[in-house]
Amino acid sequence: MSHKRLWAWMTLMAVAAMILAACGSGQPQAQPTAAPAAPATAAPAPTAAPQPTAAPEQPTAAPQPTTPPAAQQGGKLTILYWQAVTTLNPHLATGTKDFDGATVILEPLARYNEKDELVPFLAAEIPTIANGGVAADGTSVTWKIKPGLKWSDGTDFTIDDIIFTWKYCAEPATACTTKAAFDPIANIEKIDDTTLKITWKEPTADPYIAFVGPFGMILQQKQFGNCIGAAASTSAECQAANLAPIGTNAWKLREFRPGDTVIYERNPFFRDADKVFFDEVEIKGGGDATSAARAVCETAEVDFAWNLQIPKAVLEPILASGKCDAIAGGLFGVERIVVNFANPDPALGDKRSEPDQPHPFLTDPAVRRAISLAIDRKAIDDQLYGPTGEPTCNILVVPAAVNSPNTKCDRDVAEANRILDEAGWVRNGPVREKNGVKLIVSFQTSINTLRQSSQAIIKSNLAEIGIQVNVKAIDAAVFFGGDPGNPDTLNKFYADLQMYTNGPNSADPQQYLQGWICAEVSSSANQWNGSNNGRYCNPEYDALFEQLKKELNQERRAQLAIQMNDLLVNDGAVIPLINRRTPNAKLKNLEGPTFNTFDSSIWNIATWRRVP
Amino acid sequence: MAEIELNGAVGLSASARAQQMTSRMPAKPRTLLSDAWRRFRRHRLAMLGVVVLLTLALMSFIGPYFYIPRLAAELAAIGSPFLQERVDLQTAIDHLDFMSILSGPSAIHPFGTDDLGRDLLARALYGGRVSLLVGLTAMAIAISLGTIIGATAGFFGGIVDQILMRITDLFLSLPVIPLTLLVVYLFRDPVIKAMGSPEAGIFTIVVTVIGCLAWMSTARIVRASFLSLKEKEFVEAATALGVSRPAIMFRHILPNAIGPIIVAATLEVGSAIITESTLSFLGVGFPPDTPTWGRLVTDGSQYLQAAPWLALFPGGLIFLTVLSINFVGDGLRDALDPRSRL
Repeated sequence: MSHKRLWAWMTLMAVAAMILAACGSGQPQAQPTAAPAAPATAAPAPTAAPQPTAAPEQPTAAPQPTTPPAAQQGGKLTILYWQAVTTLNPHLATGTKDFDGATVILEPLARYNEKDELVPFLAAEIPTIANGGVAADGTSVTWKIKPGLKWSDGTDFTIDDIIFTWKYCAEPATACTTKAAFDPIANIEKIDDTTLKITWKEPTADPYIAFVGPFGMILQQKQFGNCIGAAASTSAECQAANLAPIGTNAWKLREFRPGDTVIYERNPFFRDADKVFFDEVEIKGGGDATSAARAVCETAEVDFAWNLQIPKAVLEPILASGKCDAIAGGLFGVERIVVNFANPDPALGDKRSEPDQPHPFLTDPAVRRAISLAIDRKAIDDQLYGPTGEPTCNILVVPAAVNSPNTKCDRDVAEANRILDEAGWVRNGPVREKNGVKLIVSFQTSINTLRQSSQAIIKSNLAEIGIQVNVKAIDAAVFFGGDPGNPDTLNKFYADLQMYTNGPNSADPQQYLQGWICAEVSSSANQWNGSNNGRYCNPEYDALFEQLKKELNQERRAQLAIQMNDLLVNDGAVIPLINRRTPNAKLKNLEGPTFNTFDSSIWNIATWRRVP
Repeated sequence: MAEIELNGAVGLSASARAQQMTSRMPAKPRTLLSDAWRRFRRHRLAMLGVVVLLTLALMSFIGPYFYIPRLAAELAAIGSPFLQERVDLQTAIDHLDFMSILSGPSAIHPFGTDDLGRDLLARALYGGRVSLLVGLTAMAIAISLGTIIGATAGFFGGIVDQILMRITDLFLSLPVIPLTLLVVYLFRDPVIKAMGSPEAGIFTIVVTVIGCLAWMSTARIVRASFLSLKEKEFVEAATALGVSRPAIMFRHILPNAIGPIIVAATLEVGSAIITESTLSFLGVGFPPDTPTWGRLVTDGSQYLQAAPWLALFPGGLIFLTVLSINFVGDGLRDALDPRSRL
């Protein structure tokens, strides 16, 4: 009996404690919402001082801290990626997390810095037309690598390794996810021990497409030599190599538990080993964005956390704790609604969402236009994204030179209703219809509080113009997983509308704009691997893209890119919503992480250090 | 007096005499149910559970007809009226109001509002309908299946028992969540098509899946009770009297095994409500805009610091429901146990 009493009391006290804790912490949270996320702009560390693109002949041009180290060198850098790393071979990566996990070990020839300029990594300098590295006719580029580079196993880094990486990914059976960066290469020639010449299949205006940024990391020929083709992911030797690549960056792998944790230790053969601050780096996986933000800003148990895509009302109080800085992260883009031009009706069975099955009503431009006009982008931004995004009418927003000034997308419900009335869609009860086709759309996205709230706003917006929305949310791992056997992937797009974020991963938008040409239409014929998952196909757009491919003049290219953006937006091929600046967070005493548009958030991790 | 009585009795037939005898007994015979009800009423916590459950059910199913017009009037008064002419619960749960985001409990919004200014009480009422229906229906499926399989296995024994119990083991060793995901992926679209609306389709599939994957423990409990009960003298007596096998199973043995079954059933309701929210969380349950209690807790947990009521109210409702059901189950077990009959 007394035992029972004791338990009852203990339970009661525990419940009371929880209630008190919840109410107690609720109070102070009320004020900080007014505080702007000021730290966001204070982030770029001035000490990183990367070399400008045109810097001639700088042997150690990689960004290095210029101020004397104030804290004792050494210790451990803990990084939290709430999506865990699953492979360390960047060419078989399925997400940013994998590229970033590999970044700690592997390096490309050059990377983009926070000013969208190229910084040499393995390269001795950035080739330009001015220094003769880039052929004026756009047919080739010549890179020089730093002399005396070594892999972490002590062997020499050679031009052959670079050529091997190209051959590895050029083979379609290897199934490199980074293949687009290697496709334009016709040949790579070794000129001498430190010089190579890349010849393009056709003249290109973007000489930095290959071996630059996250897609360009170089693998060791000795380790991956037998892995070209299907063996890359089937043979035991290659599977082991994918999980433990040998690299050239400041750290080498100590331990990797796929889907959980990666631990790295110093690479004694790194070219600037004495300047590297941390002895050990750990990338932890798991949890969610909110707990990641708390881990940096409230408990300070990790130094850096990635991709804090959290609603404003949750994020702002966490950032206001004063222990952390928010840094706009890299490789984000525009949150958009993709319109399905193919019919996803389950009744079609195997023919579902195939490009030869036109959509019953989204092929009507009036419907697409009305949807775009009815959506309240401002509310989505104000209520949900807050400081982590801004409304946009463009699908291409970076670099600034290609952000179109011509588009408009102010909310106008009356106009949207008028367009639908005019096109013959009449209200029958709350839903419009025409010839027996009802405007009922299914709208899918990944599971994420922000996205579900956006869905709710859009659903209510579209209800106002007589379009009923059935929303669906899919686990992010499935939605973005690309598994051809799964019906819920973004590539298959078995819905009428879907929402996600994407953006260009280099300063040149060609590769990104390729995602709307007819040849890229996703279908069973290409195992649903085409990047054009809305199945938009417009000869006018394809013609512009052909022009863009041939154009070498940067100004004309920018104009063409703007023209293509305007065509997509005005035609309602895709409905841009928010230009995301989803932040990362770092501890105040960590120095080095920068704002970054086109490269990994940890592109310069070798230069990170702790300050008192 | 004695003479008159005697004379009167003489003139009556045997059957009428028998009637006279029984007419002295209480007007209504005591049955299993009336006995149970009498004992159940004495179980205070169980009665409390019934009251709470009835209140929750009434609030969920009838409450909106009183609450929604009031909410509409209040919102119109503060300048954020519903856009639709005909306001029902469905439109109320989707009504966004950016002027009152994450506001605490107040006279207009007794449960407060969420991150889009939606009224949490309306959403909780809607969620109550879904969650209670899911819990009860899934429980009914699981208990029926479990009882039939357990009773058959326990009563017949031998090869039938072996086969049924191995099937039970098989089901017990199935990983529930992956299997559920598989079933939902395979059958979601056809079922939604057949049922006409995504919600009805998902309801059917979720309830069937949860019910069909939760009968195993009931089957084992029922089998165990049957194994011991079928050796009892009253079963021998019934067999000797020539009572048919189904009658022995369901009229003689089953009432004696009802206690554990009811306890299993009550636990099942709670776990069904929770499984449903797990499925919603994984994105294969109800659509994300259907505010089941589980989903409300999931969504609200993000705001535990900024707006604790978002998770606490629906969480409290789940807690109250499961607790009340358990009390009711406790009371029913005591009440229905034939061995404690007076």
